[in-house]
Amino acid sequence: MDNSSITSVTGTMIPLRGDDIDTDRIIPARYLRCVTFDGLGEHAFEDDKAQDPGHAFNDARYRQASILIAAKNFGCGSSREHAPQALNKWGINAVVGQSFAEIFFANCQAMGVPCITVDRDSGERLFAIVESDPAAECRIDIASASIGIGDQTIAGTIPDGAKRSLLEGTWNATAVLLESVKEIDAVAGRIPYLNNFAA
Amino acid sequence: MGKTLLDKVWESHAVRELPSGQTQLFIGLHLIHEVTSPQAFAMLRDLKLPVKYPHRTFATIDHIVPTESQARPFRDSLAETMTQSLTDSCREFNIEFFDLRSGQQGIVHVIGPEKGLTQPGMTIACGDSHTSTHGAFGTIAFGIGTSQIRDVLASQCLAISKPKIRKIDVTGTLSRGVYAKDVILSIIHKLGVMGGIGYAYEYAGPVIEAMTMEERLTICNMSIEGGARCGYINPDDTTFAYLDNRQYAPKNGAFDRARSYWSGAASDPDASYDDVVTLNGNDIEPMVTWGINPGQSVPVNGCIPDPESVAPDERDSVAEAMAFMSFEAGRPMKGTPINVAFIGSCTNGRISDLRAAAAIAKGGKVAKHVKALVVPGSMDVARQAKEEGLDEVFREAGFQWRAAGCSMCLAMNPDKLQGREVCASSSNRNFKGRQGSPTGRTLLMSPSMAAAAAIAGEVVDVRDMLNPA
Ligand code: SF4
Repeated sequence: MDNSSITSVTGTMIPLRGDDIDTDRIIPARYLRCVTFDGLGEHAFEDDKAQDPGHAFNDARYRQASILIAAKNFGCGSSREHAPQALNKWGINAVVGQSFAEIFFANCQAMGVPCITVDRDSGERLFAIVESDPAAECRIDIASASIGIGDQTIAGTIPDGAKRSLLEGTWNATAVLLESVKEIDAVAGRIPYLNNFAA
Repeated sequence: MGKTLLDKVWESHAVRELPSGQTQLFIGLHLIHEVTSPQAFAMLRDLKLPVKYPHRTFATIDHIVPTESQARPFRDSLAETMTQSLTDSCREFNIEFFDLRSGQQGIVHVIGPEKGLTQPGMTIACGDSHTSTHGAFGTIAFGIGTSQIRDVLASQCLAISKPKIRKIDVTGTLSRGVYAKDVILSIIHKLGVMGGIGYAYEYAGPVIEAMTMEERLTICNMSIEGGARCGYINPDDTTFAYLDNRQYAPKNGAFDRARSYWSGAASDPDASYDDVVTLNGNDIEPMVTWGINPGQSVPVNGCIPDPESVAPDERDSVAEAMAFMSFEAGRPMKGTPINVAFIGSCTNGRISDLRAAAAIAKGGKVAKHVKALVVPGSMDVARQAKEEGLDEVFREAGFQWRAAGCSMCLAMNPDKLQGREVCASSSNRNFKGRQGSPTGRTLLMSPSMAAAAAIAGEVVDVRDMLNPA
C-alpha cells in the first residue's frame, strides 16, 4: 500500500488568490466522466484558465511548483476526489490555505497531500513572497506545521489526527481500519438496525 | 447533562479510537454511484480485498444518465463506460444496484429515503457531498471522497474526527409562498458558506418540526453549502410515519421496536451545544441567489448588492461575483431576465417539489425565450407524478418532461447551459461553470419560484401568482 511517513514537503510555490474556490473550478465536471484519475492534471482549473490569461496555472514561472498557496474555504463544494487528484497529478504535493472545506481536506489527507492552515496575515505574506519571487524555495515541516522560506519561518497548523497519520505513515487508512476486524464485527453485532431490530 | 443525537450515534458506532486520535466509525449504510466509485473498486482490486459487508452498500446511477432517452448504450461513450464499470463492480462484489432496468433508479439522495434505506440513528456515507441530505431522518450522514469509499468498502468504517455541533433554531411560522429552500438559503446567507466548517448542524424549532420529510430533506441537503459536512433533524412522528411500509424499512413487530430505538436517538432536551443560532421564520421571504456561491442571495424583493457598500472583507468576493454575473450593482433582483429554468435535483426533485411547481405552471405558458426542464429525482417520483397527471400539466405549459437523473444540476450529462445563459434553478450550487457552460449563470431558488420565472421569463415573486388561500 502506498503508505509512507511524510515528514516534510519541499519545492517552489504557486499562488492562487480568491476565497471559496470550489471543486467545480478545480476540475470541471465534464472531466469526471472517467474511470481512473489518470490524465486529470492537465485539466486542473481549465475553465478559469481560459477566462483569465493571468491565472497562476497559466503562468510558466509557476509550472514547476509543488506547493499551492490558497486563500479561504479552498476546495468547497463537491466531494470529488478528482479535485485533489487533478492538483496532485499537476504536481502539487501540499496545500497551504487560510481555511479548507472539510471533504477536500479529508480527500487530500487520504492521498497523503498535507493541508496546512495559516492565519490571514501569514497567508497574505506568503502570497506576497511567491508573487515577487516565483522561484522561492519552500520547506514545510509537518511535525511543527511550519513553513520555511529562506530565513523566514511562518507558523501554520495541522490538526493533531491528520498530523500524526502523516508522520506515522497511516494516512491511507484502509490497513489501519482493518486491524480491528473483530471489533468491527462486534459493533455490527450490537447495532439494532443491522440485526433487523431483533427482540 | 443530556446528549445530542450526534453524541449518541457517534458512541454507538465508534469502533475504537485510532492511534491518530480520530475515531474509527462504523458506517451503517453506504451508497454509491457511477462517478466516484470506479476508482475505489480499482483500489480494492489492487489490494486484493473483498467488500466487507456487501449487503450494506447500495448503488444507483444518476450523474451521467441522459434524461431525454435512457436507452443503452448511451450516446456518450464515456458515460456508457462508467455505467458498465459500475454494473461490473456490483456484480463482482455482490452489491445491489438500482440500475435503469430495475425501474428503481434515481438520484442517490432521493432513492435512499424513498426506499426506506435511510433510517434514524444510522451513520451513512456516500461519495457525494450532498449525503448530508439523509440527516433529515436523524442520521449522521456525510460525503466522502474516493479513497474513503475504498475504506468503507473494505472495512465498513471511516477514520474521522467528531465535529462540533451547532443548533439552528427556526422559530415562528413560514408565510405562504415561502418554502424549505428559502429557509436553508436564508440560513446559509446568515451563517456564510464557511460558517459550518468543523460543525454538524442540528436544525430545530417550530418551523422545522412542522415540515414534511421532503421539506426536511431540502434543508439538510444544503448543509454542505453552508460548510457543514453533515446536518440533521431529530426524528419524530413525521419521520416514523414516513418510514412505515417503505420497502427497506422494518416491518410489523420490528417496526415497533425500531420506533423506540429511533425515538431514543433524538437529542435530549438538556443536551448541550457548542453554539446555538436562532432565525425567525416569520421574517423569511422567497430567496434568490445573485452570485457565485450559495451564500450570495437576497430576498426576491431585495437588490443586487454594490461591492462598494459591503463589508471590506467581502468586497473582493462580491466584486468577483459581480464581474462574473455582469449584473448591475444595486438593481432590483426582481425582473432579472432568464433563459433557462431547471426544476429537479436532490435538493428539489421530489414529488412535493413537482406538485408545487405544477401548481404554478398550471394554465400558464413558458415564456417564448425560455427553455424549461422538469426532471424528477427518481423513477418512483416520475411514476407518482404521471399518476397525478403532473407531467401533462408541465407539458401543456411548455415545460420539457424528462427522465430521472441529476440533469442540469451539474455538467456531466447532455443537459447543460449554453454560453452566458441565465438559469432559474431549483438545484443547490451556483458555482462558476456548475451547470455546464463555463460562463453560464445560475440563480438558485425554490421550485415554485423557478416555475414562476419560467412563465414570466424573468425573476418574479411567486407570492404574486398564488391564489389567495
Ligand atoms: S442532483 Fe446535483 S447535487 Fe444532487 S447528487 Fe446529483 S449532481 Fe449532486
